[in-house]
Amino acid sequence: MINRFENIIIQTISRLLIPPIQLYALYVIAHGHYSPGGGFQGGCILGASFILMVIAYDIKETKRMISEKINTIFISLGVIIYSGIGAVCLILGADYLDYGILNKIFSVSPAKARALGTFGVEIGVGITVMAVMVSIFLNLVSGGEHEEAQE
Amino acid sequence: MIWQLDIILLILVTACAIAAITVRDLLSSAILLGAYSFMMCLLWAEMGAVDVAFTEAAVGAGISTAFFIAAIHQTTRRTKD
Repeated sequence: MINRFENIIIQTISRLLIPPIQLYALYVIAHGHYSPGGGFQGGCILGASFILMVIAYDIKETKRMISEKINTIFISLGVIIYSGIGAVCLILGADYLDYGILNKIFSVSPAKARALGTFGVEIGVGITVMAVMVSIFLNLVSGGEHEEAQE
Repeated sequence: MIWQLDIILLILVTACAIAAITVRDLLSSAILLGAYSFMMCLLWAEMGAVDVAFTEAAVGAGISTAFFIAAIHQTTRRTKD
């Protein structure tokens, strides 16, 4: 898992499988308020696609695509999206995370504004869960060494 | 709810859980825990809690098995006790 090993079957199959997995994860996040699913499950599936990339290739190849610095930024970005939507509702005069008031910004009906607010919160949760899952797995595999320590 | 399916799934869940805590090999234990998690997911789906079943399939059977295997990769496969 840490050191690179060449196995053309595993690498080809995971190269074929990773894009549908990520597309399915985005579907689960986007349809979280209509059907079973949501930010947490979709983020887990999105993180699992990067974990599959670590298993099939190696850590360096994955860190070239999603480095540890960008991963940490993603963790904070999801929390900022979540709490930012709540704070916007608070500024506009409603309760925290009361999305109905968002129709003052988007000029849609309050029910549609509620659906849009839930969708934004799901995106924030999905980003954070994906980045945390990848971060936990990278720390477990590399024994807690950060990328500055390896160089 | 179909009670025959319920009983079969409950027996499978119990068998996987007992096997996961009695087996000596840690890697087999992690895989059996994943199988337990998948049976639990089928049980949730059969009871009508599709959202919980989805979470169990994504987290329990998918991610946590990978975490367990990554943790076992850092230690030994055999248990000491």
